[in-house]
Amino acid sequence: MADALHQPLQPKNGQENEPFAIRSYTPQQLKDALRKMYLIRRFEEGAEDSYMRGLIHGTMHLSIGQEASAVGACMALTDNDKITSTHRGHGHCVAKGADVSKMFAEFFGKESGYCKGRGGSMHIADVEKGNLGANGIVGGGLPIAVGAALSAKRLKTGAVTVCFFGDGANNEGAFHEALNMAAIWKLPVVFVCENNQYGMSTSTERSTAVTSIADRALAYAMPGSTVDGNDFSAVAEAVDTAVSRARDGQGPSLIESMTYRWRGHSKSDRNRYRTKDEISVWMKRDPIGRMAKLLRDHKIMSEDDIAALETEVEAEIAEAIKKARSGPDPLVSDATKYVYADAAA
Amino acid sequence: MTGEAHTDSSLRQLSYAEAIREAMDIALAADERVILMGEDIGVYGGAFQVTGDLVHKYGEDRVMDTPISELGGAGVAVGAAMTGLRPVFEFQFSDFAALAMEQIVNQAAKVRFMLGGAASVPVVMRFPAGSGTGAAAQHSQSLEAWFGHVPGLKVVQPSTPEDAKGLLLAAIEDPDPVMIFEHKILYKMKGTVPDGHYTTPIGTAAVRRSGADLTIVATSLMVHKALEAAATLADEAVDAEVIDLRTVRPMDRDTVLASVRKTGRLLCVYEGVKTLGVGAEVSAMVAESDAFDFLDAPIVRLGGAESPIPYNPELEKAVVPQVPDILNAARQLAGGTV
Repeated sequence: MADALHQPLQPKNGQENEPFAIRSYTPQQLKDALRKMYLIRRFEEGAEDSYMRGLIHGTMHLSIGQEASAVGACMALTDNDKITSTHRGHGHCVAKGADVSKMFAEFFGKESGYCKGRGGSMHIADVEKGNLGANGIVGGGLPIAVGAALSAKRLKTGAVTVCFFGDGANNEGAFHEALNMAAIWKLPVVFVCENNQYGMSTSTERSTAVTSIADRALAYAMPGSTVDGNDFSAVAEAVDTAVSRARDGQGPSLIESMTYRWRGHSKSDRNRYRTKDEISVWMKRDPIGRMAKLLRDHKIMSEDDIAALETEVEAEIAEAIKKARSGPDPLVSDATKYVYADAAA
Repeated sequence: MTGEAHTDSSLRQLSYAEAIREAMDIALAADERVILMGEDIGVYGGAFQVTGDLVHKYGEDRVMDTPISELGGAGVAVGAAMTGLRPVFEFQFSDFAALAMEQIVNQAAKVRFMLGGAASVPVVMRFPAGSGTGAAAQHSQSLEAWFGHVPGLKVVQPSTPEDAKGLLLAAIEDPDPVMIFEHKILYKMKGTVPDGHYTTPIGTAAVRRSGADLTIVATSLMVHKALEAAATLADEAVDAEVIDLRTVRPMDRDTVLASVRKTGRLLCVYEGVKTLGVGAEVSAMVAESDAFDFLDAPIVRLGGAESPIPYNPELEKAVVPQVPDILNAARQLAGGTV
């Protein structure tokens, strides 16, 4: 679906006051976007459930509550475009077009997973679809995204790179170095900061000198904006504008997408740093509920259509988990395969 | 004959820095994907004049001055390598790698593995290394062992102009990240360098001097000190074999073990800090192999002192192996049986 979205539609007469998404996308594109948001939510729930059942080794970082940010940001991208992702990267991977069964297979450590069971949740990637990978290092993907944009500019591929990172990464040196280089070289990259308010337990208020992370764009002479990250249309609009600018050779932008993770930082989080009230306030701003309402209000989907979509997605996730579980395990004798291109090295 | 020698390209002399520049020139000319990145490598020509005037030939888009951002710059090179370019990233001094270890160790070295082979990072990083320039503790280190400890990286230390060119061309063509440690003292050293394109295989040591009585395994500048010592030892009827390790990772086990089986004595000479350094690995490799049974004496290591590099020139010399140190160690090692 994303391929058709390269050029947003021109608003029809009388639509000027409608949300960007309604003005710009076809009903089918909007239905597909809602479907992806559901798919991410059910994927995360399926992953959590699998973890509880002991099917997943290690830890993981769930993005429940942040679905509009991932799907909205990827609307302007084609398979030729790249993303770099974060430790909370399942949603980005789905939004960029990954097969959820291959994702589950990776989480289950299977040879049939995206990384052949070598990476797991924290390194999930789908290079063919342009996802250069989640990253276990906060800020690790920022310079890499700038490098991908440098390749696009030099090799004239036309690709834009969307660099996802969290509020925590904005205090890493890599953030500042990456934004500066992207700006001086006018590279086609869009920095999307998913500000979910906490870097593990430390709030942005306690960790970050500026009130708005978007203000940091000023230091690197690029446009900066803050959007409601739980509003699909607002995210899509901001990223669309930034992607167009990047494609036109005008350089990078910084977008701060204000959102919230419903779950803890990782599986070890006891939520000691935030209140139940705060969590429930944010759960009322559910990005999926808001998107569903948008589509209902605009008669794009009925209540029944949405219920049917949910059922379909649930079945897809159940099937994906089943298929993933039956995949082959890697051979222990291949434990060090893929360290080098030449296995003998 | 002398008239012929003047035009005979097989005897063409270039400095180590010129040989590196020639390798970059050949790669830039042959492959549009190759770019150079680094601090002051453009019109300035690089802190050690290694890139020289390449910016005038290939332009600022391909010989890119970066801001003073080692972490970010290395990361940009990694990302570019993952998406189709072949970046050669110059650190101004190898010491500054400390600023970029995240991108080198956690990203470049691991991307191929973490992604199950779905991506690769064909990046080359060049590190001017070593002491002897009076630049003191933060501009004189020999850090190759840090990188040698990281699976996913390849680590080379050319000691001659010919190898500096051949190993760099091999590195640029290699699908995996290659770290090249260039000794700053060697930049002006001249040597024979073949014309045109050739590669020196990564992972192969070179026997620089054949000998029967003892094996000296040396790296980088220490190869030259070892050869100087070997010439003196020859006058004393001690026949030393000198092996230039050339690659720290993957190490050329076969060449080292074959030599030790022949001589029965091993002296490792390296400039990096002795403890847990390259010579420790060479020693362990021998000790763990059948070559151990051929040893007639305990292995000896000469490495850098357990100290940062001092500023004072006499102190600076004192903390890294010098020719008299190699002579003393070799004489003791060979003593009594020659």
